Amino acid sequence: MTPIATTFFFYFLAVMAVVSAIAVITRRNPVHAALSLIVTLLSLAGFYLMLYAPFVAGVQIVLYAGGIMVLFLFVIMLVNLEQNIREYQFNKQWLVGTVAALALGALLVFVYQRGHSIFPRDFVPLAETQNTQQIGLMLYGNYMLPFEIASLLLLVAIVGAVVMAKKRI
Amino acid sequence: MAGITTLHYLVVAAALFIIGTIGVLTRRNVVIILMSIELILNAVNLNLVTFSRLYGLHGQVFSIFVITDAAAEAAVGLGIIIAFFRNKETVNVDEVDLLKW
Repeated sequence: MTPIATTFFFYFLAVMAVVSAIAVITRRNPVHAALSLIVTLLSLAGFYLMLYAPFVAGVQIVLYAGGIMVLFLFVIMLVNLEQNIREYQFNKQWLVGTVAALALGALLVFVYQRGHSIFPRDFVPLAETQNTQQIGLMLYGNYMLPFEIASLLLLVAIVGAVVMAKKRI
Repeated sequence: MAGITTLHYLVVAAALFIIGTIGVLTRRNVVIILMSIELILNAVNLNLVTFSRLYGLHGQVFSIFVITDAAAEAAVGLGIIIAFFRNKETVNVDEVDLLKW
């Protein structure tokens, strides 16, 4: 099993993901932010393929980039943002928030640097040809109860979204 | 995987997580704040899938649950945005002070 994950592709996808993620939070126009978010999601799907998770990569593209982002774009169309684009985009505590978040990131990287030697050295051999089948077996075997709870959660979300968005019930 | 270790993936996920956190903390537009939450959830997903490379398939199954939650959260959140815009004609979070004393 020769690894497909080359150094070049890793750094290519990493730069693409981080740059477009920064574009998401800095663009003035929400449509541009949504398109940048789609680029981030697609590069994350590439990461999943490099990590031998083809089913999650497919779900990422179909459900995230295809489903959720269309929802976002529809709401951006429904909500009139003409006036908002001309306003100031960041709130008053942006400096404090940025510094605090960067400190948290530095802490995370520090902990990873110090602690990554406890990770197992060798990877679990995942059969990439039976990935979908094994995930399905686990969903209906080990994770039966969480699966049912997730379906209930989706039902509640559907009802909640309709109740929220409807003018008069 | 010659030069790329687990640590590299974790650092990329941490970077995405921090960018999402900055977006939640600093932006005024509530649609962008929801997109930043999606960024955070995706960083978590990348962590889960990375660790599933080390500890077996459980991480991938969990990442599917996280995607389900993200879909539910996006649907309800965008419904709230529509209801809110209908009442206040704005999408700025710092103008939502109805519950503030």
